[in-house]
Amino acid sequence: MTNKQLPVDGKGLLNNPQHRAIFFQILALALVVFFAFYFANNMFDNIESRGITTGFSFLNNTAGFGISQTLIPYDDGTSTFLDVFIVGLLNTLLVSVLGIIFASIIGLLLGVARLSSNFLMSKLALVYIETFRNIPILLQILFWYNVVLAALPSPRQSFVYLDSVFLNNRGLLLPEPILQSGSGAVIISFVLAIAAVIYLVRWARQRHNDTGQEFPILKVSIALLILAPTLVYFIAGQPITAEYPVLKGFNFNGGLTIIPELLALLFALSIYTATYIAEAVRAGIEAVPKGQKEAAKSLGLKDHVILTKVVLPQALRVIIPPVINQFLNLTKNSSLATAIGYPELVTLFSGTTLNQVGQAIEIILMTMAVYLTFSILISLLLNWVNAKMAIKGR
Amino acid sequence: MKVTKLALLFGLTAAVPTLSHAGTLEDVMKEGVLKCGVSTGIPGFSAADSNGEWKGLDVDFCKSVASAVLGDASKVKYFPLTAKERFTALQSGEIDVLARATTWTATRDASLGLNFAGVNYYDGQGFLVSKSIGVNSAKELDGATFCIQAGTTTELNLTDYFKANGMEYKAVTYDTSGQTIDGFKKGRCDAVTSDRSQLAGLRIKLDDPKSAILLPETISKEPLGPVVRQGDDAWFNVIRWTMFATIEAEELGVSSSNVDEMLKSSINPGIKRLLGSTGKTGEDLGLKNDWAYQIVKQVGNYAESYDLNVGKDSPIQIERSLNKLWNQGGIMYPMPIR
Repeated sequence: MTNKQLPVDGKGLLNNPQHRAIFFQILALALVVFFAFYFANNMFDNIESRGITTGFSFLNNTAGFGISQTLIPYDDGTSTFLDVFIVGLLNTLLVSVLGIIFASIIGLLLGVARLSSNFLMSKLALVYIETFRNIPILLQILFWYNVVLAALPSPRQSFVYLDSVFLNNRGLLLPEPILQSGSGAVIISFVLAIAAVIYLVRWARQRHNDTGQEFPILKVSIALLILAPTLVYFIAGQPITAEYPVLKGFNFNGGLTIIPELLALLFALSIYTATYIAEAVRAGIEAVPKGQKEAAKSLGLKDHVILTKVVLPQALRVIIPPVINQFLNLTKNSSLATAIGYPELVTLFSGTTLNQVGQAIEIILMTMAVYLTFSILISLLLNWVNAKMAIKGR
Repeated sequence: MKVTKLALLFGLTAAVPTLSHAGTLEDVMKEGVLKCGVSTGIPGFSAADSNGEWKGLDVDFCKSVASAVLGDASKVKYFPLTAKERFTALQSGEIDVLARATTWTATRDASLGLNFAGVNYYDGQGFLVSKSIGVNSAKELDGATFCIQAGTTTELNLTDYFKANGMEYKAVTYDTSGQTIDGFKKGRCDAVTSDRSQLAGLRIKLDDPKSAILLPETISKEPLGPVVRQGDDAWFNVIRWTMFATIEAEELGVSSSNVDEMLKSSINPGIKRLLGSTGKTGEDLGLKNDWAYQIVKQVGNYAESYDLNVGKDSPIQIERSLNKLWNQGGIMYPMPIR
């Protein structure tokens, strides 16, 4: 026998199915890389030959335009395009986070109402869901924006509440808290009160498990949260004052302004996404076997106890994944704000900035990267929640 | 079999040329249609009328180019673009020329890979305010809220003006001029700021045009003109000289109504050169020698176009002032065609 072996039974280098599979995978990968490289190269060639400026250095240039809502200090004379990017990012986050909170609350209530044994309630919820779920979100945003602008009066004829809250077609104006020295103590006392409430809840639950005694958690918590900071506020000599909006010339000055674009967008996104969340909630609750509810009822538990202690914990497992997807959708839908001029990332950055700078590729890439990051973060969160909620074999 | 397919694939990709346009003029002649970028609706400059036909000073410019290049003013395909979309559309080759009331600035000329071919309308930024707020000068606008269109020089000038005068303002930025005027109508803002010509056009769109006034201040220079891609000199020349030809025609007194007569009987050498009966300017530009004749015959000279779209025969009625000919007190100065 020599060490020369013939490829028998397809075990050779070429005939081995495993080797072939690897070969074709490498080939496919090489092709993908080749095409990506080819297109990128082509793009940069063309950009260069046309004399279009490239690179990210524009981020340090002065933007020089005004923005109607900025969460960070922004000066239209000196702030850069990077600041504009951050302002847009924060405005997107603001409307998304607020939208997620409101949509969740409305959605949960609607979902439960949809299953209510009360005929009127369940049918009203049905009508609401079917109406708002079936109208395109862009149309709804435009509709609410026009309603907001049409329904509200001019600044001089504002709706006034308690001489400090004003509502007009420039937005909702609220007194702005001004923190002076000593206000730190008030904030710390509030944080401590929150910590105390968390401890209290745990303690009460433990006691309930051990002894079966109930404790009025809600009342005590609210009292704690209000009383502690108030007490410290007066002891520290009222360090927090408010700056009230004042009508000066033809506009209000001072105070906090919530612009109508934000109100309209938030309203539209919340009530639209809430319909999907409501359906997810309904699906989740209906997924809990009927026997569970009947068993709980036969034990003599009250309706709200059955809902919160028996049904919801099991339903959540089904509810959470689709609901988180809706959160993601809401965040992406917020880019439709460009139709009404709310200054979020797409409007500000891949809109205004793109036109002032003209570097479409860099700007669109950055904008896409932001949404991609949001999506990946939310999927990671979803995976984590799923792992946490999975039924644990005991 | 597989190998040949693969080779074919590689061969194809290698054969695909880098996607740059060298000769827009040849492309337009080959396709037989001019792709012209206009606005989504600026009355007087480019707006579709009730029959869906495009009208305006910029639209007339598109028609002039089509007349010069293709001999037919109707062979234009209009691409309505927002302020935000316009440069990308031109850079990517979606349109051949941008005639969209676009301000010529150094940044745009130098960094976008584009060239401004000239100025077909000298404008300046102004303010349109509602009469009810009782303001007579821009200096009284401290603290006001403005409706503006995103991605315009207007946005930047507004900041400059308010900084320079130590005043503050709030901006509400919309995508299109339609949304901007809509926001103003609904009271979202106290004033609209834009090029004066656009404001005059937008004002007549109000339910009651008399309820709003144009403030006297002009806070910026806004030279508006057609734009082409950089690095295509033949096409750049065609655009530039089309513009000069319409102004030169006005200066020589050639209009759409008398152009045939002029062609037959005029003894003025300047008119003969313009209309192509002597000289070969058209050929030098890569066009037919009657290029300017076609422009004047089918579209008219600059004065006709101005009066019809923005001037005395239009609903907007803007004085010609700066846009008069150089020998009549304006600064419209066509380079000599010879």
